[in-house]
Amino acid sequence: MAEPTTGTTPASAPASENGSTHAFIELKNVSKRFGSQQVLLNINLTLQHGETLCIIGPSGEGKTVTLKHIIGLIKPDSGEIYVDGVHVNRLKEREMAPIRKKVSMLFQGAALFDNLTVEQNVAFPLLEHGVRDRAEIDRRVREALQAVDLDEHRHKFPTALSGGMRKRTGIARAIIDHSECILYDEPNSGLDPIGSDVIDQMILRMQRRYKVTSIIVTHDMRSVFKIADRVAMLYRGQIRFLGTPTELRESTDQIVQDFINGRSDITG
Amino acid sequence: MDLPSGLLILPGRTFLHFLVYLGQLADLMRELTIAVRSGVWRLRLVAQQIVAIGYGSQAVVIVTGAFTGAVFTFQSYAKFKDFGFETTVGAVVSVALCRELGPVLAGLMVAGRVGAAMAADIGTMKVTEQVDALRVMGVHPVDFLVLPRFLAMMISMPFLVAESISFGLFASYLVTSFGYDMPSAWYLTHMLDHTNMEDLSIGMIKGFVFGMLITLISCHQGLSAENGAVGVGLGTTRAVVISSLVLLIVNFFLSILLNYVFPIGTA
Repeated sequence: MAEPTTGTTPASAPASENGSTHAFIELKNVSKRFGSQQVLLNINLTLQHGETLCIIGPSGEGKTVTLKHIIGLIKPDSGEIYVDGVHVNRLKEREMAPIRKKVSMLFQGAALFDNLTVEQNVAFPLLEHGVRDRAEIDRRVREALQAVDLDEHRHKFPTALSGGMRKRTGIARAIIDHSECILYDEPNSGLDPIGSDVIDQMILRMQRRYKVTSIIVTHDMRSVFKIADRVAMLYRGQIRFLGTPTELRESTDQIVQDFINGRSDITG
Repeated sequence: MDLPSGLLILPGRTFLHFLVYLGQLADLMRELTIAVRSGVWRLRLVAQQIVAIGYGSQAVVIVTGAFTGAVFTFQSYAKFKDFGFETTVGAVVSVALCRELGPVLAGLMVAGRVGAAMAADIGTMKVTEQVDALRVMGVHPVDFLVLPRFLAMMISMPFLVAESISFGLFASYLVTSFGYDMPSAWYLTHMLDHTNMEDLSIGMIKGFVFGMLITLISCHQGLSAENGAVGVGLGTTRAVVISSLVLLIVNFFLSILLNYVFPIGTA
């Protein structure tokens, strides 16, 4: 198995607010195969509380699959996944609920409920987690929608929103319950440069204001250099590179350089 | 693959797929039982589903029941008259509607209308990651999507079956009274003398069982949908076809079983 070209974990990784010393997310030798395709092969990854990791790599290399493993939507064939010290791949679906209160996810297509308005979509996690005080729900929905600049669109249905607005609604839904960690699946895809920058600013705001631990799957290298504490590059089912954005830029690995500079030799 | 081994492999594989399918349905039933016992029933969603399933299906069930009762009476009256039994038409149509035609036809109509909608709704949510979004928010899809539909179906089906039977009998009465000029007292007397609570109970029990089967099969198809719009279409078709066939097959065995419990003509 090829070792990542750079594997430095920042010594200054933020400590958790509750003082726990374990990593917030830890993947140990995780492998996954779909049919004849080996998507992940012995992946090892550690993420500290409050850290922001960007996962990059060519399409179909298992970036989204990695996110879905962490949140328990997919079980690995082998290996172990820990979230806040809990071995999640041993848990049954109903036992995942406490973990999923700590970790939320923005899906690539936002996955908003078509029959609910923006406001109802954003309020959904609160209602399902037992918040019944109408004033409290209204206050938090307004706060979340203001954070993503969507307050004036609160009564619209998802079909009436643009791609960027749908993603921002998805982010509002992901942040409303004050999750400790948010997984973003291609938050910038399909957006114009300004829309993409709005999303980046929002992710940065979440980091600074709420110290949220974040994993962002993206193809947008400008975003990576703007928001990442560390970057992992997945290539052929393995981590090809793991390090800081500066180390990524200075990497001597030709495949890494081809990818970040958009040269097509990588697929050959 | 030579012919003899091929002849073994194909039915063997089909049988294994069938066992896997039964296992998945049993697993869904287990999750549904856990959801029922959790006590979190989301009554607003149940009410919405009662409107969609019960209220929305009335027209098809009433029309189906009425015209089946009418045509059954029309065809049987002429034959019964040859034997001089025409006054017993009411009794025969009534028992047939209560025990078989009412629940089966209402079930088939609901499988077509509601089963297809269940599979399409849940299937679309599955392929657009809305089901995954529910899971990520700590909401079990069976609790949120299947349980309200199941409860609504359990409440709606007996009423729909009762409507189907009632309008079938009413149409039958109109055909004999106005079409054949038979005194209505004869029709009503024979019908009431030969129809008892056991006949109605069989119809209601069948309605419950068919509703449960339609919900399980259709929701399973929705939750198993893959490959975008094509997968949703395939799941919807399968939901209607499997529900309808299972309903007809189960009806046969249920009739045998219920005839032991409520023997016909002993009242």
